[in-house]
Amino acid sequence: MSRMIAIYLRELGYLFNSIIAYIVMMIFTLLAGYFFYNLLAFFNLASIQMMQNPLAAGELSLTEGVLQPLFGNMSIVLLLTMPMLTMRLLSEERKLGTAELLFTCPISDWDAILGKYFAAATVLATMLVLTFVFPWLLSRYAAVEWGAVTSGYLGLLFLGMAYLAMGLFFSSITENQIVAGILSFGFSLLFLIIGWINPFVSEGLSRVIAQVSILEHFGSFSAGIIDTNDIVYYFCFSLFFLFLCSRVLESNRWRG
Amino acid sequence: MIEVQHLTKYYGRHPGILDVSFGAEKGEILGFLGPNGAGKTTAMRILTCYLPPSSGMAKVAGYDVLDQSLEVRRRIGYLPENVPLYHDLSVSGYLGFVARLKGMQGRSRRARIEKVVEECGLAEVRNRIIGKLSKGYRQRVGLAQALVNDPDVLILDEPTVGLDPRQIIEIRELIRNLAGRRTVILSTHILPEASLLCNRVIIINKGKLVTVDTPDNLKNRLQRGMTVEITVRGDREAIRGVLETVTGVSSVTDTSAPSAGTCAFRVEAREGFDVREPAAQAVVTNGFGLLELAPVDMSLEDIFVELVTQEDIN
Ligand SMILES: Nc1ncnc2c1ncn2[C@@H]1O[C@H](COP(=O)(O)OP(=O)(O)OP(=O)(O)O)[C@@H](O)[C@H]1O
Ligand SMILES: [Mg+2]
Repeated sequence: MSRMIAIYLRELGYLFNSIIAYIVMMIFTLLAGYFFYNLLAFFNLASIQMMQNPLAAGELSLTEGVLQPLFGNMSIVLLLTMPMLTMRLLSEERKLGTAELLFTCPISDWDAILGKYFAAATVLATMLVLTFVFPWLLSRYAAVEWGAVTSGYLGLLFLGMAYLAMGLFFSSITENQIVAGILSFGFSLLFLIIGWINPFVSEGLSRVIAQVSILEHFGSFSAGIIDTNDIVYYFCFSLFFLFLCSRVLESNRWRG
Repeated sequence: MIEVQHLTKYYGRHPGILDVSFGAEKGEILGFLGPNGAGKTTAMRILTCYLPPSSGMAKVAGYDVLDQSLEVRRRIGYLPENVPLYHDLSVSGYLGFVARLKGMQGRSRRARIEKVVEECGLAEVRNRIIGKLSKGYRQRVGLAQALVNDPDVLILDEPTVGLDPRQIIEIRELIRNLAGRRTVILSTHILPEASLLCNRVIIINKGKLVTVDTPDNLKNRLQRGMTVEITVRGDREAIRGVLETVTGVSSVTDTSAPSAGTCAFRVEAREGFDVREPAAQAVVTNGFGLLELAPVDMSLEDIFVELVTQEDIN
């Protein structure tokens, strides 16, 4: 445990001492802000038009009109930024030769994996917290459904952590950061849009695909529904890739 | 302390080391000698549990490197060939991190770091960023890192590479002081270093163990007759003629003369003959000026070349 904390602190120190964490957080909040502004402007326009049509006005909701699409957009930005956090985590150790120190120290592979994973997750959590400013701004002018906000952010956190786990795995299989980055970006995207094929495959297969699709499970979170099924999904997804990662480290020890 | 039997490591189909067996006692300094690509680093990586052996057995402090890797790793300090440093950390930050990885805590950790910083001469750079240190200081930080958990077994891959002569002497001194309580394995290309530091030397070539012996025994085993170097003022051919007639001399070869008008030879004697006195007498009585005469010890260098070439011929 203390060894895992040592690795966690070291990794966090690196992310924040180097410019990486700040760049990632800046890009994320910048894009989120941009989306927020656009969505809000559009919502404004829509509500002005709706005033002429009192029947439809009842349909208009801040959650559906602004927050839900905002969370959707942020999930895409996460897809772009999470590989930046994870691509160097293990590959760089191998490249620099510090892996030879790390893995000849009396630590378990899980100390290294979880320490690094939680460090990246801390950056993720920090940047999500920074974007709290948007719902807070909304709440000053309108009634915000805090339940929906909470579940949306929870969904983003789980989603981001799933990407991080996958990215960490790809970082373990190569000593080339770029390769690790591209692989994790590509596969994150694939898991996100895999559901698009559903209309064209058999019903059985489409049910399976819906189950593994990251987007499918994110949808309910952003709609304000916290479903244990979705939580279990993200948990298993992350655990699966962390486990693969530990297999890779283990096999390095066996195969050399 | 260390026991290695029939250790083999294949990289694909190419053997890194092949059927190597040796052992080391507590308190011993063991030297690994061998040309580039001999398999020194490979052997050390196996001993430190970084690489698994393809076959054979390696035990450190009674623990198997494969089955009880954690126990082995608790007891070793390892300085890899490419010093594993985080360039963004300060020296003390880095040592603190490594000490935590090695499970040291609280006050004992700080005290121990203090000690290795002193031992390795890092006091004045302790707060500097590692990426901005010179090569020699980085090497010292690497050594400090290996020592930080006060290990029973120290494995040092080319510890003095890249250091200036004064630092080399200091580090050698340090390594000598470290032994006694610990077992040290070090690899080197520098043969005098091995003969200076090590109780025993293992010579490996192309993955195979050539020989294990003390530096002195190696010299005795290979040095058959005496060799003398002699510098004389006078005509080269005439002097050569004189020297060749001295009893016991088996060969006379030219070496480069130190200055004009003088010439130098390497005189080899047959076994059992001391040719120093008769050679000097012969030179002087023939009217040449004897400038210098000295017996040459066979250096480990020669032994090394000899053993390795013998091996290659076989
Ligand atoms: N990771 C690797 N993959 C494939 N072959 C390797 C690997 N590491 C070493 N080798 C090969 O194994 C042999 C032994 O290498 P090793 O690094 O152990 O030599 P060494 O004695 O340490 O040499 P040097 O004095 O140059 O450091 C070499 O032929 C090398 O090419
Ligand atoms: Mg080497």
